[in-house]
Amino acid sequence: MKPESRPSISLREEHEKTTLIVSGDWTTQSLAELPETGTYEPSDHMEIDCSELGRIDSVGALAILTLAPGVTKTEGLPENLVRLFELVDAASQGADVPKTARQPLHVRLGKTVYKAGETIRTSARFLGKLEVSLVRSIIRPSRIRPVALASSIQKAGLESVPLIAVMTFFIGAVVALIGSDLLEQLGASELVVELVGISVLREFGVLIPAILLAGRSASTFAAQIGAMQMNQETQAMQVMGIDLFDALVLPRFLSLVITMPLLAVIAMIAGLAGGLVVSWGIMGVSPVLFIERLESAVDIRHFWVGMAKVPVLAAVIAIAGCRQGLAVEGDVEKLGSRVTVAVVQALFAIILLDAAFAVLFNVLGL
Amino acid sequence: MSMEHDHPICVEGLTTRFGDHVIHEDLDLEVRRGEILAILGGSGSGKSVLVNAILGLLQPDSGTIEIFGKEMSDVSDRMAVDRRIGVMFQHGALFSSLNVQQNVEAPLIEHSELRGDWLQRVALMKIGLVGLEAEVARQQPTELSGGMRKRASVARALALDPELLFLDEPTSGLDPIGAAEFDQLIRTLTDTLGLTVVMITHDLDSLYSICDRAAVVADRKIVEIASIPELEKSDHPWVKEFFAGRAGQAKERNC
Repeated sequence: MKPESRPSISLREEHEKTTLIVSGDWTTQSLAELPETGTYEPSDHMEIDCSELGRIDSVGALAILTLAPGVTKTEGLPENLVRLFELVDAASQGADVPKTARQPLHVRLGKTVYKAGETIRTSARFLGKLEVSLVRSIIRPSRIRPVALASSIQKAGLESVPLIAVMTFFIGAVVALIGSDLLEQLGASELVVELVGISVLREFGVLIPAILLAGRSASTFAAQIGAMQMNQETQAMQVMGIDLFDALVLPRFLSLVITMPLLAVIAMIAGLAGGLVVSWGIMGVSPVLFIERLESAVDIRHFWVGMAKVPVLAAVIAIAGCRQGLAVEGDVEKLGSRVTVAVVQALFAIILLDAAFAVLFNVLGL
Repeated sequence: MSMEHDHPICVEGLTTRFGDHVIHEDLDLEVRRGEILAILGGSGSGKSVLVNAILGLLQPDSGTIEIFGKEMSDVSDRMAVDRRIGVMFQHGALFSSLNVQQNVEAPLIEHSELRGDWLQRVALMKIGLVGLEAEVARQQPTELSGGMRKRASVARALALDPELLFLDEPTSGLDPIGAAEFDQLIRTLTDTLGLTVVMITHDLDSLYSICDRAAVVADRKIVEIASIPELEKSDHPWVKEFFAGRAGQAKERNC
């Protein structure tokens, strides 16, 4: 292609005749901005000289129409350009989009409050339906879908075992490492066993699986159910008379409630192993001594305190994921934001509930 | 007139296969400047694969594809050519995170130096060009009906004033009135902006009302490429069946 030549437009007046001269290329590439020539007002009996006109496209036509609004009425305009100008002229009519006025504060406030109320209502509705589905399944366990449940248990539970084990192993190791340094200064290095035991059993063995499942399962649940929602699969299930909560939500909910206690036990064992390895390697506490001291100094109630939190956290993670999944409507971007919301809500709820549990157990003296 | 001017697209000896499954074998196709060419063929005959090969979305196993006289295996030419091609995908393929106006502005921002108010005016003009109201410019693609989404997609395809426009089933999913309007829009734009249009279609109404020629993909080749009246006389079994029966109705409606 030839390089673009500069577009230019000018008026020539001679013998009481006005001629509009348009030359050069009038294309998208040559018109980075409108030529600043001022506008040529339409006048009667204007002629046009296009002999030097190169290429012209719809952007060029728009530019000429802007600079010389009367160009469609000029004499000597070739037929194909007449059509182009008319088409572009019609297309750019009423093209000034009214800027959407910002809504007044009280309207926005009202809408926000209403939206918040709506969120609470849908949450309540979700929880109610889940409870109905749960109670019905307890009364008649044959309602539970074994295949869906088993596949969810495998994906959410079994496949996250290695990751959880490795993560808590290192957490246990780090706690022992940092604790040993401090406790040696105090001359109480044998207390490292209590430190590792209590922190892993009460907190880390529960929190680490919960956080991992919030990232892994809450997002998966939201994305899976959300994608089905976008694909109208959930609507297809509804018209077939399949209960969405029985088919989609309950298996996922149960799978987490069943697997997370198991994952927590694995996490606790791995965390203690991490502490054991570091105590042995750095402080010379032999494994036998470590386990003996664990048995004598760390009360079993710490384990039960940790385990008591697990089902609640599991339920919250599953609920956050499924609820956001069912709330997906519209496009891919909404799906993405719902998945994000599911993970954020799950994580937030985990930390908040853990704090509430800490206060509760403190009051109860456990 | 050079070859480039007569035939914006020249496909020679195209062969594509997926594994052992041969889609096209030694396929030839020439598209004439300024025409609306329909690509016909049964499901799975390789219409979309052919268009994808021309668009460079798929690497052919052998054969040459020339667009505007440039061999498309040469990557450096590809970029320059892509700017002169507009594509409307079957479901619009509008960017869902952008509103309609931003969708139209996207190729302009990427490939031209238009900015600011002038960019906005150009984008709104393109939106007007495809017969959409100016209010639509602010809407998100999900808020649009099927027909509006197709129009918005054409507006985006026309953003850089391409010389070549590809349409994938432009009228599928539209009601007959909407489809007829859309056909007329394509004809008007083609004639006025000097476009060359290649469209995949099954719509007999479109064929009779706006298409200059149609190419039939069957048996791994283009078995027929001719004007519609000539195609009706074809001996090829698929073409015969395609035009049998329904063809009469569509023809009467358009006369």
